[in-house]
Amino acid sequence: MAETNNNKYAAKDFKSDQEVRWCPGCGDHAILAALQKTLAELDIPKEKYVFVSGIGCSSRLPYYMNTYGFHGIHGRAAAIATGIKIANPDLMVWEMTGDGDALAIGGNHYIHAIRRNIDIKIVLFNNEIYGLTKGQYSPTSKKGLITKTSPYGTIEEPFKVGELTIGANGRFFARTVDYNLQLSSEVYKEAAKFHGTAVVEVVQNCVIFNDGTHDAFTSKENRDENTIILRHGEKMIFGKNRDKGIILKDLKLKVVKIGEDGITEKDILTHDAHEPNPGIHYRLAGMSLPEYPVALGVIRAISTKTYDAAMMEQHERVQARSKIRTVDELLKSGATWEVK
Amino acid sequence: MGKRSKVIEKDAVVIRFSGDSGDGMQLTGTLFSNTSALFGHDISTFPDYPAEIRAPQGTVGGVSGFQVHIGHKLINTPGDFTDILVAMNPAAIRANVRWLKKGSTIIYDSDNFTEKSIQRAGYKADPFAEDKLDSMNLIAAPITTLVKEALKDMDLDPKTVLRTKNMFALGLIYWLFDSRLKYTEEFIEEKFGKKPLVAEANNKVLRAGYYYGETIEALTPSYRVNRAPIKKGTYRNINGNQATAWGVLAAAEKAGLKLFIGSYPITPATGILEELALRKDMGVKSLQAEDEIAGICTSIGASFAGRMAVTSTSGPGLALKSEALNLAVMTELPLLVIDVQRGGPSTGLPTKTEQADLWQALYGRNGESPIPVIAASTPSDCFRFGFEAAKIAIEHMTPVILLTDGYLANGSEPWRIPSTKDLPSITVPYAVRSDKEFLAYERDPKTLVRKWAIPGTPGLEHRVGGLEKTIKGSVSYIPENHEYMVKTREEKVERIVNELPNLEVLGKKTGDLLVIGWGSTYGHITSAVTELQKEGYAVSAAIFNYIRPLPKNTAKVFAGFDKLLVCELNTGQFANYLRIKHQKYTYNQYNKVQGLPFTITEIKDHCVKLLKGKKNG
Repeated sequence: MAETNNNKYAAKDFKSDQEVRWCPGCGDHAILAALQKTLAELDIPKEKYVFVSGIGCSSRLPYYMNTYGFHGIHGRAAAIATGIKIANPDLMVWEMTGDGDALAIGGNHYIHAIRRNIDIKIVLFNNEIYGLTKGQYSPTSKKGLITKTSPYGTIEEPFKVGELTIGANGRFFARTVDYNLQLSSEVYKEAAKFHGTAVVEVVQNCVIFNDGTHDAFTSKENRDENTIILRHGEKMIFGKNRDKGIILKDLKLKVVKIGEDGITEKDILTHDAHEPNPGIHYRLAGMSLPEYPVALGVIRAISTKTYDAAMMEQHERVQARSKIRTVDELLKSGATWEVK
Repeated sequence: MGKRSKVIEKDAVVIRFSGDSGDGMQLTGTLFSNTSALFGHDISTFPDYPAEIRAPQGTVGGVSGFQVHIGHKLINTPGDFTDILVAMNPAAIRANVRWLKKGSTIIYDSDNFTEKSIQRAGYKADPFAEDKLDSMNLIAAPITTLVKEALKDMDLDPKTVLRTKNMFALGLIYWLFDSRLKYTEEFIEEKFGKKPLVAEANNKVLRAGYYYGETIEALTPSYRVNRAPIKKGTYRNINGNQATAWGVLAAAEKAGLKLFIGSYPITPATGILEELALRKDMGVKSLQAEDEIAGICTSIGASFAGRMAVTSTSGPGLALKSEALNLAVMTELPLLVIDVQRGGPSTGLPTKTEQADLWQALYGRNGESPIPVIAASTPSDCFRFGFEAAKIAIEHMTPVILLTDGYLANGSEPWRIPSTKDLPSITVPYAVRSDKEFLAYERDPKTLVRKWAIPGTPGLEHRVGGLEKTIKGSVSYIPENHEYMVKTREEKVERIVNELPNLEVLGKKTGDLLVIGWGSTYGHITSAVTELQKEGYAVSAAIFNYIRPLPKNTAKVFAGFDKLLVCELNTGQFANYLRIKHQKYTYNQYNKVQGLPFTITEIKDHCVKLLKGKKNG
């Protein structure tokens, strides 16, 4: 599945003939465009892709991709995708889901797909709201958010997608912002190349029911100071003037200013996405305002054996040992007797 | 070996092994059944055990039983009443007293009849007097003492010694039936291969039981059951879950498909997942899912990707799967859902049998949701119906529900092994690439079946999902399109009837009474009706395996009888279904909801009552 960009495909080859029905201005349009662009740049035959989804605005995406697609039921996309990948590991399976679909009704399937490390790519559109049902709070809504079902503000602590993913033994976690096509394409490609469950959280804006919920770090005026793009092997430096960085002090991450208090670039942490110990990745994924910038890019990417590969190996081992290949052989195995 | 003072020759004998759930009664019963089958008896078995792995010792609730019916005629049921009861404690007497025939033999471990255990079973002082069993043939065997004695020279801990008690009981029964110990000895060697000392102890105790029978023979009648007149061929014992799993495997092989099972453990269906998880040698991919919903959803995914997919469950699990079942209805993908029914509602009676999921299978979903429903009748014909159900799923691109139950799942019987070349062929309706655009919901005009386009095939890229679609596969809210699709899905399932066999009638095609059943009541109903026919009643029986759609000749069969009686292990679900489907007939009902199968006697009694004793002519 190497990326060669032989221009076999253009983005339009991945556009289906269905009319895109998301609201004008919805972040989903950009996510779709970034995915179509990314797929055109990957050297994978179109018929190998299966886009699977649950229910919600995000989950309409498979209809708009000119690939094999399965629009499932609420919360179950991870289970459907798991079945597809096990049945035919040659397929490239992408799951499209949202914060409600994956983390509320589908929480169980989400954590177990990750735990098993099934080789699927999960794109989780996180707008911190239920859009399709017209504005109720989700498991990622900020505490206190006023919605139709929380008219006096929510009293629930939200999940952070990255913390939940890494806590479920996630091997790959990346975060991007809907409108940032370049970064999105970069992390989708990393996810596509990764062997195992790859979760990409897309910070997505719902213009109708939760407009501007991510503005504190996604708006033009805030994004440089309030986000940090992590790349493996690079220093954790951010800010408009690239003068801020992250260090580890007293077992905690700390934002520092380069040039102040004797801090030089050398003191700044270098991002190691391949570190098996999840501790640092968990903290990076959990960074939030106002203390920290929000981390974007590939935060964690640990290659271990995938579930589908382990299953194939086990099949080969059992087949080398057993003589049973056909039903006739099976029926006659074990204790039998002749009646003459 | 020993000479027998008094040999009783019988057509059939029912033996029940009964003890605490930790006493090894299920194993004892299974070993005895297998030995009997190898000897050429026909057998039918009925394990009956509590849900708790170790319920409170010595209580009636903790009694685990295994009943086996052996005979030299064809045996259709595990038997209503027992000839021989092996009781390891007083609770086993209490739990089984209502099933004892007059003059039964009761072999009991007298060491376990202490004041404390007698009271724990709910007796005051003397179980036999209190339950009026004095006239039975009581054999008190101090099994615990004898086992300890037999193993006193071996260096074993007391726990291991006591665990061999079931082998003593088994040895004693073998003596009673003049059976050979060879099969059981081989089994013990294999099971305890890594613990030679334990193997030796079990075999020693098995023989000790046998010799004890010989020693006390003056007290005991011995039974002889001749070989059953069985059709030539190669036989094996098989239980319902194993037969179901193998039937589905046979269908996949016949269709040239690989099998996938996504399932969640649930009593009494787990055996199917366990059986298929073994078959990696045949390329079966199995997933123990995180829940029932994931079980069916992974199966739907696997089906979309081109495998024969199956998910197994019981009533509560079917409830959880119902939304996803409709996804399979809507996407029109082949999927087999096996519901091994148990006592409900809710957790109900997990280890007991019942037929009360019929309506759930037929109607338990949102919207208009036509799904074929099929039921198996005996442990071994679970193979046939597992095969048939999978065949219908594949050829008609539809989910199918196969109903078995705890009675079939755990019951076993000898089975003449078929050759797969004799099984019907299965045609997979694959989509192939052509110059024309692939339309996901374009149908065969005769069967209304759509084509199966497998991901990975160039040029057939398409989208399916739970939203209503047009023929092309585009999402559509057009009112007329929805109505058209609803009716088409319904009609597709109805047309399956053209390929179904006719309903068979056991006995004459006309008469005073037709006894109707479905699924696993087959053995008891046909046995009862055969006996009634011999006694001169104008009674026939018809047992349904195809529930939706019903066989074409159903009304014609019903028309031949003055009265119809529907017997089922629920409060009347099939009878009410028939009232909807064939309204012109009057249906009498005989129902039982006790977590137990019918007895032949109670069916007979009810028929005679309904006929007011009227015989032929």
